[in-house]
Amino acid sequence: MLCIIRYALLIDPVTRHTLDVEPVKALEFAMKKTMYEKIWDSHLVVDAAGQAPLIYVDRHLMHEVTSPQAFEGLRLAGRKVRNPHSILATMDHCVPTKNRDLPIADPIAKKQIEVMAENCLENGLNLYDMKNPNNGVIHVVVPEHGFVHPGMVVVCGDSHTATHGAFGALAFGIGTSEVEHVMATQTLPQKKSKTMLIQVDGRLSKYSSAKDIALAIIGKIGTAGGTGYVIEYAGEAIRALSMEGRMTLCNMAIEAGARAGLVAPDEKTYEYLKGREFAPSGNNWDLALAYWKSLPSDEGAVFDAVITLDAADIAPQVSWGTSPEQVVGVNGAVPAPESFENESKRKACESALAYMGLAPNTKITDIPIDLVFIGSCTNGRIEDFRIAAEMTKGTKVAEGVKAIAVPGSYHVKHQAEDEGLDKIFIEAGWEWRDPGCSMCLAMNGDELTKGQRSASTSNRNFEGRQGKGGRTHLVSPAMAAAAAAAGHFVDIRTL
Amino acid sequence: MEPYKKHESIAALMNRSNVDTDQIIPKQFLKRVERSGFGVHLFHDWRFNDDGSDNPEFELNKPAFKGAKILVAGDNFGCGSSREHAPWAIADYGFNTIISTSYADIFYNNCFKNGILAIKVDKNQLDRLMTEITANEGVRFIVDLENQQVTTPAGNGFSFDIDPFRKGNLLSGLDDIGLTLKHVDKIDEYEQQHKQNYPWLWA
Repeated sequence: MLCIIRYALLIDPVTRHTLDVEPVKALEFAMKKTMYEKIWDSHLVVDAAGQAPLIYVDRHLMHEVTSPQAFEGLRLAGRKVRNPHSILATMDHCVPTKNRDLPIADPIAKKQIEVMAENCLENGLNLYDMKNPNNGVIHVVVPEHGFVHPGMVVVCGDSHTATHGAFGALAFGIGTSEVEHVMATQTLPQKKSKTMLIQVDGRLSKYSSAKDIALAIIGKIGTAGGTGYVIEYAGEAIRALSMEGRMTLCNMAIEAGARAGLVAPDEKTYEYLKGREFAPSGNNWDLALAYWKSLPSDEGAVFDAVITLDAADIAPQVSWGTSPEQVVGVNGAVPAPESFENESKRKACESALAYMGLAPNTKITDIPIDLVFIGSCTNGRIEDFRIAAEMTKGTKVAEGVKAIAVPGSYHVKHQAEDEGLDKIFIEAGWEWRDPGCSMCLAMNGDELTKGQRSASTSNRNFEGRQGKGGRTHLVSPAMAAAAAAAGHFVDIRTL
Repeated sequence: MEPYKKHESIAALMNRSNVDTDQIIPKQFLKRVERSGFGVHLFHDWRFNDDGSDNPEFELNKPAFKGAKILVAGDNFGCGSSREHAPWAIADYGFNTIISTSYADIFYNNCFKNGILAIKVDKNQLDRLMTEITANEGVRFIVDLENQQVTTPAGNGFSFDIDPFRKGNLLSGLDDIGLTLKHVDKIDEYEQQHKQNYPWLWA
């Protein structure tokens, strides 16, 4: 592991109070709240004994895959959607990213799309369907329209809902039964999470990005490291990230097992939101702004766990295995199973190497790739295409490599086209597609075939995620673009 | 939801960590609009060969594990996507109990909404159960949710902790939504207050 991460102690707030702090100060501690606690407290509807606390949900995001059974459940129980205005829906997982004018070839996907449209129509919900100019990946579209604000509770039947924590909203993924529950009641029974502060100090090199911070964190704490926690990301390197970068970072909080990721709102957040369709305006803007400014964690608020990293140590990351925690800096090598002391990690390494077709100690830059994918709710925003285009300019896609650029939304697509980015990709031999989840989860015709290896800007390298037998390496957009031109991974710091 | 009753069943073993929901139910089966019928696709990519025949190497295809209702699995079971299709597939296949050291958050919640009891044990306890199953494939455990107790023939039984709310719902088979709607007055009241506190959310 290249990045040096100093693992901080697990702090039990109770223990801390009794050991380190005088009684008077303990009281002060008790009054100081983290951002998560502020949002939790302001959304608590019922906290009755013998029952999970009920929290209020401000915004409910929806896509076609995890909602149909919830609508069916509502219908069967004779219930109605309590607040249709709290919902924004899109179609993204199953939609093809080319030949959008033709009917969807897969009859089951076609049915799912039709059912989504019927359900939204029947319940009066705002839907950006496939033909809508606002269409795109839910977690790209929602911020574009200013639908999520700081301090909200936001849910979606999708684990990458964590993305919206970039705005200082408590945003998390839920199951379909919970989707139905929120539609019917506007609330959700929830267990309060523990809090984890991930402090990223120092400055990131210009070759590393939010994606590399996210992967480096998961590499260190593991895919279960955040289980039971809501993470708050703080520190100089986080403040320096754009809103797009913060979205990328929070998006992958779930890959660390956390319920949600949060970044405190600041001037960048307000600047981003101002003027967007669903952002407050006029007098409401001033009221909202005053509230948003009260949200950041109080100075001295106690977190249950604290982890610190130095951004300067974070090299561009490449995953080598079948879990996002199996990751290494680009100038590193594929590890040998024996290098893991923990038996289950050793076993996991063995089976990952077998699946990935990689030998221990192979240099990352020696790994050849067949396909490059830039897109997804992790890295499908305008900034991602700008960086990738900069790397791509004047290059050609390496022989035998297929490269596809899939904007996260039509707005991203059109913006990129206005800036001439599409031409850069097309001239280099890339395919320039319509928006959708595409190869992130391969439900829509875009997929790897058995044994094919990708450099992908998406979020999961699980077995079969991008197609049965497909081998996924997770990277940043800059790293993906460089790999497309070289045909293998490249240490972009040496270009 | 069926009420969860005390039962004696075969315990199947899946000695793998970080089993993710993409493996439990691969994405090609997520396009259905019904809740049922996912069991035949459970662990599809591991369970079947390319020609559709059973993969004899896959643990759940062992004859001794046929009819198992209890699944004993490695750490961090159910990580990844929020798809509730994963517990739907597990329940539809016939499992009603999972035993592991840890679960991913969303998956864990989803289990209880679908009548699946997800039991957490420590590493040593899990190792003992895994050893017992390996030595005696087809072994039957007794799961008693009421008394929070698992019993095994080799004496590796244990008692487990469970949130009382979740336990109550499993035992009664009660619908969460119905339970929440008992508080509809409180929700109305909260919403009125919310409109005053955060008017821009309702503009």
